[in-house]
Amino acid sequence: MSTPTTVLPTTTVEESPFRRFVVQFRENKLAMAGLILMILLAIPAFGAPWIAPQNPYDIGALDILDSQMPPGSVAEVSGITHWLGTDSQARDVLSAVLYGMRTSLLVAFLSVTVSLLIGSTVGLCAAYFGGWLDALLMRIVDIQLSFPAILVALVMLSVLGQGLDKVIIALIIVQWAYFARTVRGTALVERNREYVLAARCLSLGWRRIIARHLLPNCLPPLIVIATIDLANAIALEATLSFLGVGVPVTQPSLGMLIANGFEFMLSGQYWISFFPGIALALAIVGINLVGDHLRDILNPRNAL
Amino acid sequence: MPVFIINRLFQALGVILVMSVLVFVGLYLIGDPTSMLVSPEATEIERQALRKALGLDQSIWLQYLTFLGNAAQGDFGRSFLTGQPALQLIIERMPATVELVIVAMTFSVVGVPLGILAGLRPKAPSSKAIMTGSILGFSLPNFWIGLMLIMLFAVYLGVLPASARGETVNVGPVAFSILTIDGWQHLALPALTLGLAKAALMIRVTRAATREVLPMDYIKFARAKGLRPSRILNVHLLKNILIPIITVAGLEFGQAIAFAVVTESVFSWPGMGKLLIDSIITLDRPVVVAYLIMMVFFLVILNLVVDILYMAIDPSAREKVRD
Repeated sequence: MSTPTTVLPTTTVEESPFRRFVVQFRENKLAMAGLILMILLAIPAFGAPWIAPQNPYDIGALDILDSQMPPGSVAEVSGITHWLGTDSQARDVLSAVLYGMRTSLLVAFLSVTVSLLIGSTVGLCAAYFGGWLDALLMRIVDIQLSFPAILVALVMLSVLGQGLDKVIIALIIVQWAYFARTVRGTALVERNREYVLAARCLSLGWRRIIARHLLPNCLPPLIVIATIDLANAIALEATLSFLGVGVPVTQPSLGMLIANGFEFMLSGQYWISFFPGIALALAIVGINLVGDHLRDILNPRNAL
Repeated sequence: MPVFIINRLFQALGVILVMSVLVFVGLYLIGDPTSMLVSPEATEIERQALRKALGLDQSIWLQYLTFLGNAAQGDFGRSFLTGQPALQLIIERMPATVELVIVAMTFSVVGVPLGILAGLRPKAPSSKAIMTGSILGFSLPNFWIGLMLIMLFAVYLGVLPASARGETVNVGPVAFSILTIDGWQHLALPALTLGLAKAALMIRVTRAATREVLPMDYIKFARAKGLRPSRILNVHLLKNILIPIITVAGLEFGQAIAFAVVTESVFSWPGMGKLLIDSIITLDRPVVVAYLIMMVFFLVILNLVVDILYMAIDPSAREKVRD
């Protein structure tokens, strides 16, 4: 980033692209609301061990007498006020939501980061080298994208088994292809621009051209896809965990918390599922509002 | 055109073969099904005998070839759980899923007029509301929407049932719920759950297509000719945005059948998606393999049909293939 120059009010300002981006982003109130929502959810989620009223995984701290209490009731044994009630195992729903959000965000963030790396490497190489490599890689991508994400993830998990790491692997396998296709599309256009030709004429190595010249110019659509994909990853993980093939019982994510409360919902104890559900929806909607606006700013043409 | 179809048919066959290898080898690695089938007290000799009876003592490639040969004749083995042929189990459950998906897709057509509206006046507050609503519709997970609908209609209002299929009427060997009032009541919530996400997608596709078609010369010319706006809308615009809409609707039909897995689990809808989840959890391998191969087959054929239809509707795509 270039150092911000002192601006004289009369001259035309030479803004840095980043400044311009920030200004454009702030124009949309919905997107700003989404961003604030994301921050408001992420901070308590990652701070869960320090701020949650109770450690929901510490079985010793749970008293079965306090189970299934409605929101706002005070526990008789520990004296904690359960603002969002307790579930069937006497876990504080608020604490479980904070910890669950932490697991959900962690899985989504890790899987998106790795798929981003794999997908953009594949996409850049396919676009830069072209020929049979491009044909082969894109055929694999096409085949994978023709199958619904949920099915691919289900197959992967039934092969790999349960576990946090397995869910992350399954999500990576589902997601990398989207990145590969998007990056390839952008890189194909960029490859024929003058700056790439110039770099080639300087006989720079292909690694350097790809990493230093092509990649930075493919970043805008990548950022958009990564943001929206973060929401998709959260949703897909929640779905898998809801179906009982995702995260293990010892590390419940929001999806699993919702599944746990599902049977109690029909008897009117709505809070066990409802609050994790609201947290999940807020996270997904917040990220999507940001992503949708990013798409408008960064690449109106390459929109999905 | 025939060359294109033959080419695509071979590709489709290749994809089905590759996927069958992946599914078979992948699921082969899961574990030893004999441990599920025999009692824990069984001796090693009994286990060996069972392995031999199931053909598990042979090399994986030989097993695959045997499997492929049987599958080509419609034999995917028997369920470990019920002993019924796996294919029969799936086919029995298929009408419930297809019925659910067709009702849901029909519902999703409401997205088309909404999308046109949002495309015609992109700056209007109503259009912004439609677009924000569509973000919610397709980004929120399917099971979440189902859960909220259950909470509202089944628990809070108590007007619709939350699970199972309800009363059905048999037409020949196939049971339909759309022929009874009770069936419709049971169908309403799952179909709405599945349909909402699809409607949201329809809105986005229709809007994008409308925005693309509006600045075209033929629309301008029609306006300049002084045609009624309703005629421009219904003939010039609608005909041209139909191509992407039909393409997406066709592909989404396949996606909806796959996503019915989630909806069916939420509503205990006795379709093949519920069967898949139950089979994955109980490690009933033949049923999982049979479902996946069937699904691969179905999706590949569906893609092929959509591609061919696309050729049939869009003359410019035909030109491209000929070159």
